[in-house]
Amino acid sequence: MNKIMEIAARNLLRYQRRTLLTSMLIVIGVVAVLLFVAITGSFKQMMVGQITDSMLGHAQIHRRGYVASIESLPLNMNMPPAMVARVTKALEEEPMIEAVAPRVKFGAMFSNYTETTSVRVNGIDPETEVKVTPLLAERQLDGERKGPLLKRGEMLVPVLVARGLKVQAGDTVVLIATNKDGSVNGKNFVIRGSLESATGPGGRDSYIHIDDARELLRMAQPDVSEFVVRVKDAQKVEAVSARLAESVGGLTNKEGRPMLEVHPWQRLSPFANIANMIDMLTLAIKVMLVSIVLVAVMNVMVMAVYERIREIGAISAIGTPPSRILALFLAEGLMLGVLGTVVGVLLSLGAIYALNIWKITFAFGQQQGLLLAPAIAARDVVVIAGMVIVVAILASLQPALKASRMDPMTALRHV
Amino acid sequence: MRLVHAKNLTKTYRAGDVDVPAVRGVDFAIEAGSFVAFVGPSGSGKSTLLNMIGCLDHPSGGALTVLDTDVAKLDRRAAAEFRGKNIGFIFQDFNLIPVLTAYENIEYPLIMVQNWPPAKRHQRVTNMLQAVGMEAQAHKRPDQLSGGQKQRVAVARALVADSKLVLADEPTANLDHDTAYRILELMKKMRGELGTTFIFSTHDPKIMREAEVIFTLEDGRLLTSKNHE
Repeated sequence: MNKIMEIAARNLLRYQRRTLLTSMLIVIGVVAVLLFVAITGSFKQMMVGQITDSMLGHAQIHRRGYVASIESLPLNMNMPPAMVARVTKALEEEPMIEAVAPRVKFGAMFSNYTETTSVRVNGIDPETEVKVTPLLAERQLDGERKGPLLKRGEMLVPVLVARGLKVQAGDTVVLIATNKDGSVNGKNFVIRGSLESATGPGGRDSYIHIDDARELLRMAQPDVSEFVVRVKDAQKVEAVSARLAESVGGLTNKEGRPMLEVHPWQRLSPFANIANMIDMLTLAIKVMLVSIVLVAVMNVMVMAVYERIREIGAISAIGTPPSRILALFLAEGLMLGVLGTVVGVLLSLGAIYALNIWKITFAFGQQQGLLLAPAIAARDVVVIAGMVIVVAILASLQPALKASRMDPMTALRHV
Repeated sequence: MRLVHAKNLTKTYRAGDVDVPAVRGVDFAIEAGSFVAFVGPSGSGKSTLLNMIGCLDHPSGGALTVLDTDVAKLDRRAAAEFRGKNIGFIFQDFNLIPVLTAYENIEYPLIMVQNWPPAKRHQRVTNMLQAVGMEAQAHKRPDQLSGGQKQRVAVARALVADSKLVLADEPTANLDHDTAYRILELMKKMRGELGTTFIFSTHDPKIMREAEVIFTLEDGRLLTSKNHE
């Protein structure tokens, strides 16, 4: 085998320029794919992180039908204490969960006593909320940032609402809400600070303490609108969500239908479609790489066989088994693939390292100066390298088979 | 001992819709250790005969046994194995492997065709290089060798794996007079040392003079056979 590899290497060196050009094509392809995967992967990871860590969490649990009518934030679809206890038990039994936070959500009128606008209010437990959405605190633009995210009687308002109504940290405002029974109630809050929107200018989510929310809504019992879940491994959100859905699925209504729904973030945010598009683009560029390698290597190997027909005839005539002739040409394809891949991977890793040193920043929604940190998983490198090498061998297969099946007498007569 | 035996051997090629007979019912026998030449004008069928003896081509009819093997029955794989074990080839155009040195070209059949252990292989190749007078050029590649030197390497390659039969198709056609003579002497010497049977197809009067048996062919028929001894 060593001799076959050695002869294959010498044959490649015999046509140095052609070998170099083909290897360069493979190198360019490998670099393009690895850089694309690294940059888009880190972009996707950052965007997903921004959305999940500052607002959505990794998954949410609601009463069935709540998400479908989420625009009206229906209070009659909150989870009552018995249901809350059932969900809490299921969450405690799932080992992959890192943190859980309850929320009470409702629509309210926000007034500075002279002007009024509508807001979406999230009643949160500040201690658990920062565990499920660790970037939420970083979105606070002004006001007191030390200590807990919120105290009772305080409110975090979206920056655009604060600007529109000309309120700032320390100002007193009033929230007016209609409770489940239809009665209206109001409560004063002090602005703790304004919040940068995670999703763009339309963001109207404001935050108050969950106990204030229940008081404002005059809840007779501690209902919960949603549970926000953070899992230990963000890659396993869908698997954990599926397990949770199964464990809370036993809670059914009179018709026997499950009363609860578990939604991973992908089903709550339109950004999941953008993430899917990034995956599709990655797949497309991988297909392009495969095509480049296939065409480049096959072209070289077809030429190699054509130019060496007499040589093939001679080695066949002296008794070289067809399997060894096949191996000889496959080895040449393998070496081209390995050479291009190794150089391509090294260049890509160097480029990724350089991009991390130069620190590329970009804006997303209202957020400026997000730092892009391209990174590539060892698994991705191995998969792409393996793919290129396998394709190089496959591209050599047809010419190699042709060489191994060549009639020696015809080959020896070839001019 | 008969090494090659042909009885009513025929070979017909198909050219479009026309059958072209290349060998027409020839009978001959070649003894082991002999120095044999097939002679005749171009198209007389001598190369076709050599190809059939060398298992590179199948007879269309008749019987052909080489080393007691009915070579007509060998498939592609078996024919390659048979050639690798028993037959050496010397070509008019040398057909050495360009990327290998003289040493490696001679070594090639012992690695790629047979599977000799390294120490035994080295000893054998060194002996063959000495036998053909190419020790000094052992590490040169074919493009650094003269025509005569290339043919010496080809002779060594044909004999290195203890071939019982060497087939040489016009081995001196691309060599000048003196070189051709020296190559012929070399082959006779190797035959003397190793007892290998040499079969040539040739136009070269030198080979004809040196051959012990000459088969003359014309239009695919064996006209005469002459034994110089």
